[in-house]
Amino acid sequence: MTSMKTIVLNADKEWKSAFSNLIAGIILLVFLLISSFSAFSQVTVPHKEFSKNKDMVVLNDQPWNIEAQAHILDDKITPTSCMFIRNNGKMPEGLDASTWTLTIDGESVVKTKTYTLAELKSKFKHYTYQLTLECGGNGRKEFDPPAKGNQWDVGAVHCASWTGVRLKDVLADAGVKSDAVYIGYHAVDEHLSGDKNKEVISRGCPISKAMENETLLAFSLNGEAIPMSYGYPLRLVVGGWPASVSGKWVNGISIRNKVHDGAKMTGDSYKVPCNPVAPGEKVKEEDMCIIESMPVKSLITFPKTGLMIDKGRSLTIRGHAWAGDVEVAKMEYSIDYGATWKTCTLEKPVNRLAWQHFSALVNFPSSGYYEVWAKATDVNGISQPMVLPGWNPKGYLNNACHRIAVKVN
Amino acid sequence: MATEEEFKALLKQTHRFLNLMYAMILITIGTMVTYVNNPDFFDLSSEQMIVEVPIPAEEDRDRIENGIHVRTGFIDAEGMYIVIANCTNCHSAKLVTQNRMTAERWNETIKWMQETQNLWDLGENQEIIVNYLVTNYPPRKAGSRRANLTEIEWYEAKD
Repeated sequence: MTSMKTIVLNADKEWKSAFSNLIAGIILLVFLLISSFSAFSQVTVPHKEFSKNKDMVVLNDQPWNIEAQAHILDDKITPTSCMFIRNNGKMPEGLDASTWTLTIDGESVVKTKTYTLAELKSKFKHYTYQLTLECGGNGRKEFDPPAKGNQWDVGAVHCASWTGVRLKDVLADAGVKSDAVYIGYHAVDEHLSGDKNKEVISRGCPISKAMENETLLAFSLNGEAIPMSYGYPLRLVVGGWPASVSGKWVNGISIRNKVHDGAKMTGDSYKVPCNPVAPGEKVKEEDMCIIESMPVKSLITFPKTGLMIDKGRSLTIRGHAWAGDVEVAKMEYSIDYGATWKTCTLEKPVNRLAWQHFSALVNFPSSGYYEVWAKATDVNGISQPMVLPGWNPKGYLNNACHRIAVKVN
Repeated sequence: MATEEEFKALLKQTHRFLNLMYAMILITIGTMVTYVNNPDFFDLSSEQMIVEVPIPAEEDRDRIENGIHVRTGFIDAEGMYIVIANCTNCHSAKLVTQNRMTAERWNETIKWMQETQNLWDLGENQEIIVNYLVTNYPPRKAGSRRANLTEIEWYEAKD
């Protein structure tokens, strides 16, 4: 009996040591898995968000910056799958529309007021506009000397359909003092450095632009809730101005009694030299001016560059033209590098600040290599340059003519 | 004798039980990690996806292929690991490699990142980093106010 007892006691000890080994093993395993996951999370992508056309081009994956190519912008209303994505910080995750609020404050608000998204939707009339949003740096890659930043080609522009309430209705409801000069938006994206005290981007526009009919606090894009990468659940949409004015994930608007001084309003962000400078010249901060309305521009969206056609065949070209705050008055094309220009058919915009569609039937006089160049002229008589416009340190506002290559065999 | 065999049987049973526990815990953890990495994995309703951005498979984080560091796309050259350690914490390597600047402008950019983007003091590494960048990603000469169209993918017209 005594020996039996000893054996049982020993077995008991064995179990204990096996269990403690097991527990230590599990702790180690969990620790390893968690640490390996955190290393991977930097390269894992947000899912669902990127239902993108296969011809979208990724310029940067941290933060995500993705642009279209000319030929996938052929639709009159840009499908969401072909809309460029520009992020300055980390895209927020898990935002909840049901608890979302917008606060109107600032030096020039009569009374600081907070609205829930549901209140905004029920209290104010809804409007739908097609609005052209172009990144201020669209076309940057052509500048010489090169400008730093994402090297956008031609595809950082879209003209989608936005539905929301007019900013001016909401501002009027909160009350705007007579000394109001500017508005600035606030949003919830996170700084790339992870610093919670830093705003990623907080830009805005003069009160006159904010009060335009087409300036929206939008909650829907192309008839659906705005996807996260485009500003869910609420986006300020300011057509015709650098798209950075159209703040995403907006939860606040400040009515300012001075030019808004939020992140990326100061320094040299979204600014160009007030007076023209030589390529590569250094420009002092006080000599830089904030970009407002975007310049006249156009894009040939059909055919895709590189088309080969048979001699004697005529070719239909088409595309869109836009001119910031104003309309495009004339659209022309050239197949001889600007020696001669022919007029395109140009449609009126569907609403103010929407791009306009053009088309033309092009005949080529002989076989050979051609380039079709397109040139828009706005109502003020200002045209797109064929060469690059004035160089600027950050590479903004390249509105040089777009062109495609065509070979006639 | 009988007690010794009893004891052995008991140990065997315990061993089996522990193995089972181990397997279950592994499966649970595996499921959790899969879910955290890709919540869609368990979403059986099919979302419309035109193109999925590929999720990199687990692989050697410092694999070099054809002179390119696979994970970041950096050219494998002197200073690369210092560049990776200092320049890819906040932003992707793509933001570095698509920019072509002189040493002066890289130094200005580093200063700007330190002043506004919480970049730390690079110390002696700054020179190594800038040398790596200007050597491997020198400014391109565009040479005119409009470059020729290049890399045209020719295709036949179809009716």
